[in-house]
Amino acid sequence: MATAAETARAAEARDRRDRWLLSAPGLIIIFVAAIGPLFVMLAYSFMEKADYGDVKFGVFSLEGWVSVLFQRDIFDDTLGLADAHLSILWRSISLSLYTTVLTLLFGFPTAYFIATRPATTREVWVFLVTIPFWTNLLIRTFAMQQVIRNEGLINTALISLGIIERPWQIMNTDLAILLGMTYVYLPLMVLPLYASIEKLDFRLIEAGYDLYASRWQVLRRIVIPLVKPGIVAGSILVFIPSLGAYVIPRVLGGGKSMMLGNLIELQFGAGRNWPLGAAISITLMALVMVALLFYVRNVSRSGASHG
Amino acid sequence: MARRQRAYDIRRQPGFGLIALFTFFALYLPIAALVAYSFNAADSLSRWDGLSLRWFISAWNNQAVQDASIRSLLLATWAATLATIAATMAALATTRTPNYPGLTFKYAFINQPLMVPEIVTGVALLIVFSRIKVWTGYTGMGYLILAHTAFCIPFAYLPIRARLESMDLTLERAAADLYATPWRAFWRVTLPLLRPAIIAGFMLAFVISLDDVVITEFVKSGGQDTLPTYMLGQLRRETSPEINAIATVFLALSVVLVTVFYFVNRRRP
Repeated sequence: MATAAETARAAEARDRRDRWLLSAPGLIIIFVAAIGPLFVMLAYSFMEKADYGDVKFGVFSLEGWVSVLFQRDIFDDTLGLADAHLSILWRSISLSLYTTVLTLLFGFPTAYFIATRPATTREVWVFLVTIPFWTNLLIRTFAMQQVIRNEGLINTALISLGIIERPWQIMNTDLAILLGMTYVYLPLMVLPLYASIEKLDFRLIEAGYDLYASRWQVLRRIVIPLVKPGIVAGSILVFIPSLGAYVIPRVLGGGKSMMLGNLIELQFGAGRNWPLGAAISITLMALVMVALLFYVRNVSRSGASHG
Repeated sequence: MARRQRAYDIRRQPGFGLIALFTFFALYLPIAALVAYSFNAADSLSRWDGLSLRWFISAWNNQAVQDASIRSLLLATWAATLATIAATMAALATTRTPNYPGLTFKYAFINQPLMVPEIVTGVALLIVFSRIKVWTGYTGMGYLILAHTAFCIPFAYLPIRARLESMDLTLERAAADLYATPWRAFWRVTLPLLRPAIIAGFMLAFVISLDDVVITEFVKSGGQDTLPTYMLGQLRRETSPEINAIATVFLALSVVLVTVFYFVNRRRP
């Protein structure tokens, strides 16, 4: 006869087994069509490129990784820095940082504004931010193009007002990408900021004013420290997709201003250098991981100091 | 100085309201421009020739647009259905239990598609699927459905897991006390209680699949354009207002879906 303890243990083991069986379909699909291919790509980055795309399967080579940062001189085979790659890497990082700062500058007052509306109208404002958030990214990028192209809203307005004579060329520049990313990713900043400002205890602010703090001091010394988790979350939510942006620089940068995403695509398309493309992809993923680690460290620290 | 004294509003920050209103204006101005140009009668986007529906009619009669739209809707239906089923099962397996070995691993696994840039997943799938396509000779929609299902799972999982965690176990215990088999209790008690979350998860997954352009671009075989990849291809060329018309209809569809989602989610039983 089984003892009560044994029966309990058997039931627990059965429960575990059922839980693995239940989660199996999801785990398998994600392994086959998301995680597994990343490992294959890692392997590809260490293989030798074939002449017409793809790789020479199983032939080990570090050339893909070397050419992320360096290029071989055609004549004497010496290595020099690959300026084109470095400038694209730099553009990706700097444009993503600028985008984060711009979305924060516009997003923080907006989120604060929404959070301080009366409860009845607040939902309407939130809804107004949610709609662009769920609208197709490509369509929003295209919408931005209508504003900044040479015959677009800005240029038409400036020319008809007589401020400029010829169109201001914004399309196909870094500025176009910056404007596009700021526009497209703004809701990703506003929504987490709103969530944390909404929870703000305004009695603390009142206490600040009682102690003769100015508006600016209240903002800087009370509001911002209290909503820091929201600021960090919003910044990460904007920075990470900016870093991996592909559609926005392709449509607004027009092949002239490339970011990492476009450089990767180039290697799998016209560049026909799959190992290099794989190595750049893994570099991009590593940058994203660094940003995520920064986020996790910040969240655990602020969590510890508050509670 | 006779200045009007107002109660000191502690919530006010000078200038914030103005910046907020500018932000809302800037959020909707490009969309308004896009919609306005779709009603343009002129042949190109550089002129305005008055109102017309000609580009909507032209888009409607465009065979490539019709095919891409139907393909998009079918793909989103398949991917969202499969992802919702897998996500519901995974949510049942990972909630309402004390921590067990492998639970954190499952969370990380399920949320992984959210952590990796789409372009990276896209080219990784290109590498793997292009080889499988050569080996098996199969180039059908299966690859797209599989890829879409994978990145839709975390979105479907989110609301279902949240609902399960806030659901109380009393009703299911009551069913068990009344001699319901576990299956019967699940079908008659758990599933009906979970229905709003499952619908929400399905709709999220549907919208995510419908919107995807990057992963689709790298996975699709020839002649498998979805509406977003078709539009991306057209944007390379000189754009005609027909693209605006397509975008406007797509936009309207998204707004309807978001509005429905919003109300489904707000109704708390």
